[in-house]
Amino acid sequence: MLKRSLISVISLILLWQILIWLYHLPPYILPSPWQVLLVWIRGWPILLQQSIPTLWETIASFILAAVVGSVTALTLAYFTWARSWLFPWVLVSQALPTFALAPLLVVWLGYGMSSKIVTALIMMFFPITSAFYDGLRRTKPEWLDLAKTMNAKKSATLWFICFPAALPNLASGLRVAAVLAPMGAVVGEWVGSSHGLGYLMLNANARMQIDWMFAALMAITVWTLLLYALVDTLLKKLITWH
Amino acid sequence: MLNAPGIDLKRISLLYAGQFVFEQLSLHLPAAKCSCLLGPSGVGKSSLLQLIAGILPLAPGDGEIAATDGKPLLGRVAYMAQTDLLMPWASVLDNVMLGEKLRYCRWRVSKENKERARYHLQQVGLLDRADDKPESLSQGMRQRVALARTLFEDKPIVLMDEPFSALDVVRKLELQALAVEVLQGRTVFWVTHDPLEALRVGQAIFVLTGQPARINYQVEPTENVPRDVRQSNIIALEAELIAALCQRTTGDLA
Repeated sequence: MLKRSLISVISLILLWQILIWLYHLPPYILPSPWQVLLVWIRGWPILLQQSIPTLWETIASFILAAVVGSVTALTLAYFTWARSWLFPWVLVSQALPTFALAPLLVVWLGYGMSSKIVTALIMMFFPITSAFYDGLRRTKPEWLDLAKTMNAKKSATLWFICFPAALPNLASGLRVAAVLAPMGAVVGEWVGSSHGLGYLMLNANARMQIDWMFAALMAITVWTLLLYALVDTLLKKLITWH
Repeated sequence: MLNAPGIDLKRISLLYAGQFVFEQLSLHLPAAKCSCLLGPSGVGKSSLLQLIAGILPLAPGDGEIAATDGKPLLGRVAYMAQTDLLMPWASVLDNVMLGEKLRYCRWRVSKENKERARYHLQQVGLLDRADDKPESLSQGMRQRVALARTLFEDKPIVLMDEPFSALDVVRKLELQALAVEVLQGRTVFWVTHDPLEALRVGQAIFVLTGQPARINYQVEPTENVPRDVRQSNIIALEAELIAALCQRTTGDLA
């Protein structure tokens, strides 16, 4: 697995370099892998420093989205009325273009972290809610029949049967969300911020420092992969059934 | 004692996809005995069981299901399905105590109930696996846990829907004997498609065939259960049951 991933990464970098050689691309259009590496070597303290706020936003929004998404899915599953009242809003949250909404959020919530957290939250809310809700609705009917013969309370059936049975589905939603979280935070930063990797990219873009743009992009990718790996490992440890 | 009542099914009708599964079907299940319902697949055995269990609702005017002591059936029935229906996230002990958690919606179960669950696990020979997860058990063991869960419910009426049909012959024979032993004194309604199983455990045996389904044969073997299915009279009865099973509504032998 690791070997194959390494091979594909190295091939991609080679392709990148070949493209530059073939078309004689100048560094302000496409910097070479070597130039980007140089930025990493020389500028890692800055990259790391700017990563910290982005990571905080990412983690905070991920946890918040997990909680809000789970509570929404449970509400939808438990209250019949919620399906007709709440579900359209869940869909709207996904239909809204986050990129268009982000500037508004900055106006409403300010330049600080909260506007970024909410932007990322909106991006992650739907995949988490829909995956979990789907799982809650697909509880084995035989289990529900058994619960019925045991004179189960509706809340107890949801809590002791539907909820654990749907955890693997929640886990798939969380895996998708883990990939979306850093993106959400960076989108929020792009629109207006005073720190973070998005801010760094915004500045580099304005100054045509394309090598810095690439370095920041790669930092985001690395953090995203690490977050995914962490979430995936944790979920596999915690949820062993399917 | 449990004071297990009999069950009277009076003129039960059930429509499914525009066709009658049963039409005016009546059946009496004797108190504190094991009644077996035998029938081919798809005849409506499980539907009948689910009607008694309250899983399928009985529409008004479609007959009546009543206990012979006049009290309601609701809350006096335990149900055991064909598959073990164990929750893979819960330990064996927690699976046995599932009903208690579902009825009162709480995590903690009283000490007495825990002891009771352990006692039933001991009855089915799995006390040493109480803390294991179901995935580590064989199919036969899982069905034993399901039996312990049914016993834990401690209900006078027990409904069993082909509970051991997925097991190999040896496990099946073992579990049939165990079930007969631990379910003594309760009114058991045991659905099966296996004539030998019915003859091994049933104190009253009913054969359900046709569409709409009717009871076309019934027998009450007198020997004590679990019976030895190698005995000649049992083998002779098996032939009769098979003949009854093969009979169509027209009365022909298939």
